Amino acid sequence: MKEIRYIFAIKEAMEEEMERDENVFLIGEDVGLAGGSFGASRGLYDKFGPERVIDTPISEAGFTSIALGAASCGLRPIVEIMFMDFVTCAMDSIVNQVAKMRYMFGNQYTVPIVVRMPEGAGLNAGPQHSQCLEAWFAHVPGLKVVMPSTPYDVKGLLKSSIRDDNPVIFVENKTLHAMKGSVGEEDYVIPIGKADVKREGEDVTVVTASRMVHESLKAADILSQEGINIEVVDLRTIQPWDKEAVFNSISKTHRLVIAHEAVKQFGFGAEISAAVSEEIMDELDAPIMRVGAPFVPVPYSLEKFYVPSSEDIVGTVKKTLEQGF
Amino acid sequence: MKKPGKAKLIEFYTKMVRIRKIEQKLMEVFSNGEIPGFIHVSIGQEAAPVGICSHLSDSDYISTTHRGHGHALAKGIDLKFFMAELFGKREGYCLGRSGSMHLADKNLGIMGANGIVGGGIPIATGAALAAKYKKTGQVVVATFGEGATSEGVFHEALNIAAIHKLPIVYACENNEWAEFSPQRIHMSVKDVKDRAAAYAIPGVSVSNDVLKIYEEAGKAIKMAREGRGPTLLEIKSERWYGHYVGDAQKYRGKEKVAEAMKKDCLLNFEKLLLKDNVLQRKDIDRIEKEIQAEINEAVDFARGCSPPDPSEMMDGLYV
Ligand SMILES: Cc1ncc(C[n+]2csc(CCOP(=O)(O)OP(=O)(O)O)c2C)c(N)n1
Repeated sequence: MKEIRYIFAIKEAMEEEMERDENVFLIGEDVGLAGGSFGASRGLYDKFGPERVIDTPISEAGFTSIALGAASCGLRPIVEIMFMDFVTCAMDSIVNQVAKMRYMFGNQYTVPIVVRMPEGAGLNAGPQHSQCLEAWFAHVPGLKVVMPSTPYDVKGLLKSSIRDDNPVIFVENKTLHAMKGSVGEEDYVIPIGKADVKREGEDVTVVTASRMVHESLKAADILSQEGINIEVVDLRTIQPWDKEAVFNSISKTHRLVIAHEAVKQFGFGAEISAAVSEEIMDELDAPIMRVGAPFVPVPYSLEKFYVPSSEDIVGTVKKTLEQGF
Repeated sequence: MKKPGKAKLIEFYTKMVRIRKIEQKLMEVFSNGEIPGFIHVSIGQEAAPVGICSHLSDSDYISTTHRGHGHALAKGIDLKFFMAELFGKREGYCLGRSGSMHLADKNLGIMGANGIVGGGIPIATGAALAAKYKKTGQVVVATFGEGATSEGVFHEALNIAAIHKLPIVYACENNEWAEFSPQRIHMSVKDVKDRAAAYAIPGVSVSNDVLKIYEEAGKAIKMAREGRGPTLLEIKSERWYGHYVGDAQKYRGKEKVAEAMKKDCLLNFEKLLLKDNVLQRKDIDRIEKEIQAEINEAVDFARGCSPPDPSEMMDGLYV
């Protein structure tokens, strides 16, 4: 094992996959000469050249569908969208084209394409540079949506995403880019759709992903001092999400909190909550509760009050424990 | 077009110095950590906002970008409340919600800076549609960089504006860099003005000279006001500093940056005014001093303002 940053784990995954398969290439704004706005592709241009690390104009709609066209003809593109907020410019491409090409044309095509993008607040970058929009994509049949929380997970999941024959929306988080963690030296992959219990506990299940995994782990430390043990289930993939892992944990704790950075309303927490209510309601000893951001654009100067924190998770966990049916 | 007289020339100069000094101050306070987030300065590009906005009245519209301080200032935004917004204070134009990247003042037709490259271009076009619809005689200037001309919305907006002969000028400052990539990565044409041919509208390119910009912008704005449709006006400018404050521009190289800095639209204009005896050195000293005092006052004002209260976060989301 070695200690590397999340952003470097992304680079390693892309580099190793590009070495393994000559059909893999990277395309996006400033990914080549500049090595990526956040440094995810540093060194790849020198190593693989301009044909495989393609700098584009500021044309998200165009280059995402160009990647799709290339994917339909046998290549395996990785598209970088600089900030998740800018993916809105490529929504036709992703929603109407990427997600539907296979099904709509009678399964004739496979479109192995990964669209990477960092989400989240944390840089005080304001309403158009801080959003978490993963739920939109999870709502579109044909897409997979991955959102890893650690360097180890991001590397293993990016590799499986690149090898997957389906389109994958790969959601990074800007505040995690600099985080260090242990990553294996060997070639490993982490299957899409498999959750990971990041901390075991028996009192309350906290289902979460990406940045909120770390807030949940902080909450777990705080709560354990009061004798409350939460189980932190890191979904890692939200579409398809690991129902089995979530249900297993609930069968143990009988209480559920779901935490995400995206606004609470219509976030992935709503889907999980609904599925739990539909299928294993009798396992629950208390109403399901959610932690998410307020229903408002991310305000520049109030960011630290906006983003859900470990305290919010602690408070919500305690509330579930006070409640019953 | 009438040549600008002495008073106008001094006004141009003063406005350019003011933008330069304000942005220099912003770099300083940003580096001190007093301004959160990102800021993008337009130092080296002051001629365009001044040359263009000198033709606009308060009721005309302008849309700006992430690099839009100069245009907002040239259009007349109040420096104190401008500063308060950048400092993230509730007295700011956007209630401290948005900072530099979304500076807007509806009363002066400053339609808003945009964090989405190209985002403002069709919105400005919509303002032009409204002006034509209501026959108000207003004109609109959409400002953006050459990088934005690769976004689909740029082409869609120009096409529609050309079809409807909307009262708008598309003013592109071509500083040859979009973030960390040079123009050749972005464009197959050398001059942005050549893109105008696709919409059968005039495409004009001028150097980073305030008098030339004033002249060409004047023609384009007149044409728009008279209902003869849009123009694509390109200004060849220079980005001195990094994409954002803090970007060391390693990708560009020291010499190239030094070269860009030698092409100083402000210094060139100053030399001209001194040579033609429009200004004396002592006038310049006085102008600079007055501006510095105004800036210090605005910064002190912003420092003294209060941040928004978390309880105000949801205010006004819906009407
Ligand atoms: C839709 C979208 N894509 C990408 C970005 C990131 N970005 C911000 S500014 C910029 C470069 C803009 O270049 P240009 O339009 O030439 O303006 P300049 O910065 O030179 O003033 C990029 C790529 C963005 N903000 N929005």
